[in-house]
Amino acid sequence: MEMKVSNKTFAAKRLKITGIIVLLALIYLVCSLILNFQTSSFLSVQTGLIWLAKNFIPNSQSIQYWQDIAYQLFRTFLVAVSSTTVAAGGALFLAILGAKNTALNRNASWIIRGFASLLRNIPIVGWAMILLFSFKQNDFTGFLALFFLSLGFLTRAFMETIEDFGSEKIQALQATGANYLQVVFQAVLPEVATALISWILYMIENNIRDATLVGLLTGTGIGFLFDLYFKSLRYGAAGLVVTAIIILVVAIELVSNYIERCIQ
Amino acid sequence: MINKPERQLTINPVVASELPNPSVHRIHDSRRTLMRTILLVLVGVTALTMPSLIPHGLNLWAAFGNFAENLKIMFVTPRTGNDTWQVLWVALAQSISLAFLTTVIGSIVAFFFALMGSHKLSPSWLVYTVQSVMAFIRAIPTILWVLIYSVALGLGANAAVIGLTFHSVAYLTKVYADSIDDLSGDSLSSLSAIGVGFWPIVTQAVIPETMPNLLSWTFIRFEINFTNAVAVGAAAGAGGIGYQLYMASGFYFDFHEVGLIVYMLLLFAVILEIISYMLRNKVIKQH
Repeated sequence: MEMKVSNKTFAAKRLKITGIIVLLALIYLVCSLILNFQTSSFLSVQTGLIWLAKNFIPNSQSIQYWQDIAYQLFRTFLVAVSSTTVAAGGALFLAILGAKNTALNRNASWIIRGFASLLRNIPIVGWAMILLFSFKQNDFTGFLALFFLSLGFLTRAFMETIEDFGSEKIQALQATGANYLQVVFQAVLPEVATALISWILYMIENNIRDATLVGLLTGTGIGFLFDLYFKSLRYGAAGLVVTAIIILVVAIELVSNYIERCIQ
Repeated sequence: MINKPERQLTINPVVASELPNPSVHRIHDSRRTLMRTILLVLVGVTALTMPSLIPHGLNLWAAFGNFAENLKIMFVTPRTGNDTWQVLWVALAQSISLAFLTTVIGSIVAFFFALMGSHKLSPSWLVYTVQSVMAFIRAIPTILWVLIYSVALGLGANAAVIGLTFHSVAYLTKVYADSIDDLSGDSLSSLSAIGVGFWPIVTQAVIPETMPNLLSWTFIRFEINFTNAVAVGAAAGAGGIGYQLYMASGFYFDFHEVGLIVYMLLLFAVILEIISYMLRNKVIKQH
């Protein structure tokens, strides 16, 4: 009797899984039709890789661009770091006022939540294009685009980190007579500091990747340089740009992994 | 919920008895010094960079005023401009399709690479090879992959899908392998000790155990892929809502339409948040 029941549940489960797979396959087909995408094009993945290996290896000619690339890479790095830092300052302020356990006002908390969600959900392309119109083609536009997105992301992340602190400890401290500022600066912030720094480091990494895209759209920094070389068919130099980006991203990842291991 | 892709954040609770004597703690705490140093360096770099970022010959106040004015046009009076509603909805559907296809293909391919990239299931030479190749692919920004493929294969959907899939595979391999590594090693090694083969272990132990984790990472990647799909449309001309956004703001300077497109993107973001909320509740209930 029991055997039969379990057989039935297994059969039901199998039916459900089959149903999900069929549904996903159907959506896949519809999506392919909408996009006019041929799955068989994956057979030519190696074409791209071969093309990459043939054209993108930096040659002796492209070495002359090295100084320009290094300078723009350095600028991109600075823009990523400073936009994250400024955003982190603002986000910390908003997060303290917005987190449920440290909020002064419930309505303000909801407004901050909505504001952060709005900032996060406008894609970086949207920010770049809107800002480009007012601030023209310069590094400041890229800075602002990264700033707005980081502000939205970090506010949410900081808020969740502070909420993990819990309200019991806060109530206990208030029972001993600590005022709001003392609770925030002597208890909450020191304890969440490690987590906040690790979010900031993550955001810097992320912003360096995004800076390439923003640069491409706003005509600044390393993204612009790649676009310039790529469109003028100087593939060796474009390959050099990619190499430089890889070195920077991997270096930042290693440094931030090291720092995180030290502070945790 | 925000997840930190690639590295999940864990906060270890501090047990009171583990804390050293406070006075000693303060003097010898190298962690505190390191954190202060990091903050100081970040603030220092920012303070030195900011003056050089402010462009010469641009009236900042006027620019900010102009920016506020544009935002007002966008959000208060959104309407269709050069493109009809139909064109915009089709473009949105294209971007969503692009995100869906790259996520599905990426997750299937990544699953097999994750099996090769997990210390629990594969020899370490294979793990390090797979993980380094994936780290290399991840270090190249997504948009560059798409640009490279659009030259090699010709501009169009095929190049966009393949370019975006590259990054998805690299990302998902990493997070899937981490999820598999988080499994308790005892159950896997005892299964293989009693002679269960590789594939039965994968289908009967690894997949059921890691499913909630894999699903939530896949969903996060879908959100990232949607953002990327919009970006690819704008920067590589691969079509979709991103391309319309690029044309409306960069060529027609039509902020009414930009506003409408941003509203459409926000609507989709809200729908995604609701779906992810429901999925999470369901997965939590089941486990």
